[in-house]
Amino acid sequence: MPDAALEDLYREILLDHYRNPRHHGHLDAANHKADGANPLCGDQITIEATVNADGRIEDIAFSGAGCSISQASSSMMTVYVAGHTTAEALRAVETFQQMMLTGEAPSTAEQDLGDIEALAGVAKFPVRVKCASLAWKTLQQALQSQTAAAVTTDERSE
Amino acid sequence: MTSNHMHDHGGDVNHVGADAMTGIRDWNTESIRRDFPILKREVNGTRLVYLDNAATSQKPVQVIAELTRYYRDYNANIHRGVHTLSQEATAAYEGVREKIARFIGAKRPEEIIFTRNTTEAINLVAHTWARANLQAGDEILISELEHHSNIVPWQMLRDERGIVLKYIPMLQDGTLDMAVARTLIGPKTKLLSITQMSNALGTIIPVRELADLAHAQGAIVLVDGAQGVPHLATDVTAIGADFLAFSAHKMLGPTGIGVLWGRYALLEAMPPFMGGGDMILSVTMEQSTWNDVPHKFEAGTPNIADTIAFGTAIDYLSALGMDAVHQHESDLLGYALDRMVDVPGITIYGPEDRSIRGGVLSFSLDGIHPHDIGQVLDSHGVAIRAGHHCAQPVMACLEIPATARASFYIYNTREEVDVLVDATREVVRFFGGVHA
Repeated sequence: MPDAALEDLYREILLDHYRNPRHHGHLDAANHKADGANPLCGDQITIEATVNADGRIEDIAFSGAGCSISQASSSMMTVYVAGHTTAEALRAVETFQQMMLTGEAPSTAEQDLGDIEALAGVAKFPVRVKCASLAWKTLQQALQSQTAAAVTTDERSE
Repeated sequence: MTSNHMHDHGGDVNHVGADAMTGIRDWNTESIRRDFPILKREVNGTRLVYLDNAATSQKPVQVIAELTRYYRDYNANIHRGVHTLSQEATAAYEGVREKIARFIGAKRPEEIIFTRNTTEAINLVAHTWARANLQAGDEILISELEHHSNIVPWQMLRDERGIVLKYIPMLQDGTLDMAVARTLIGPKTKLLSITQMSNALGTIIPVRELADLAHAQGAIVLVDGAQGVPHLATDVTAIGADFLAFSAHKMLGPTGIGVLWGRYALLEAMPPFMGGGDMILSVTMEQSTWNDVPHKFEAGTPNIADTIAFGTAIDYLSALGMDAVHQHESDLLGYALDRMVDVPGITIYGPEDRSIRGGVLSFSLDGIHPHDIGQVLDSHGVAIRAGHHCAQPVMACLEIPATARASFYIYNTREEVDVLVDATREVVRFFGGVHA
């Protein structure tokens, strides 16, 4: 059996999102889009979002290929941000990145990331932090793109 | 080596090595393993199974001891001092040139140039020989199997000089398309730069056959021996090389030291690499004159300690015999292939013909990313490489993002292969039921 640290990394909720990814695919009417990649791992992701006039994320989808951590993180991210405003989603990106730095789940209720906190264990595996962060950094790129047209940002500096 | 104390290896260290250094008929993996203290390490609560030898090998106590001995007993700068320590250090450093020359069948020790690693050795050729000899329109031929270190220097040169860079295609089985190679090698080909063994898939390349085709067109042949020299008996004349590049750290030696071998006449005609001390004969305010080969290419104080310890690594491999090394790895690879093929969902890359495979087993599992394979194997103490292996064109050709790669060396055992196989089956169980 794998040891406890491995169980901590590959939490059941995470494996569930990997096996049954939510919001996987493409949107017909996306007005925000970004590509992200971890060239060293071969992970790559595309995030598409439909944001309405009030700045609320009406729909979101991800596609691409990668390891279980990157795919699960993408799936969980889309579940979380769907229905939130872009400002809330961008705050969640900050909170998530903080969690990757500290390995601790957010302490305040307003920063609560729900199931996503299962990814806190990834912080103990520094080489995997990039995998978990890819979806969030790409979401940030997608939402910060001011144009309605699709924007492609290749995060090759990661 | 001129001074007596350099031969004083201090009892045990020398004895254990001598025990292992008895050649093919007496190959004794257990005896070899005693020379590698790191193999006793535990990782994640279980015995380390080190199968990442294509990335770097482990070091025997003899090499580690030689590093310490140099710093403890005769540390001095070389080629300049009249004092005893400097003479001892110089003799030891230059002695390694002779050992390496013998190891690869070079005609004279001056043909051995010390670099930081294989990458620097290839870049040296790109910066000196190629810039002096190639013009716009000339063709450099490499292959899709190359490591990035034998691709990027030539792309940079192409962009700077208008040289044409061509690739011998690889086939899906990890071999080169020799029929296409024959059509690509022509009168415009000035340099064939080719790997001796693929680091990603373990394919042993028919270097001599390609070299003969290139030489028939008057081209120069550079062989990237980073994977080949540590694992295969290599004679520069037999393989038809004009240049050969390799690194110490993949063959029991320290990091930070590599070799460029070149035919003397080529080296003599080449301009220097970097400017500085040791590479000059005389310097005036107006100009300098260059030192002789090989010193012309070794500006500044070199990596003395690691070079001397590299010599000990060469001694170790020479005593085992490189044919025996290859035979041991072939045996392990065959055993591993026979067992791994039964793992559910596995795809194994590389040639079917085992006689043209080095000790590298590159594989993937359906629906499981190589990073996840590597992570779970690590939890079982098994160290492998997961990724594109700095050979992205190979991955592109196979239309995969990455592979998991186990690679063997002299100290690996069938029992360790068993651990690999069991742990890989555990990976499949752990991620079982995943969508493809």
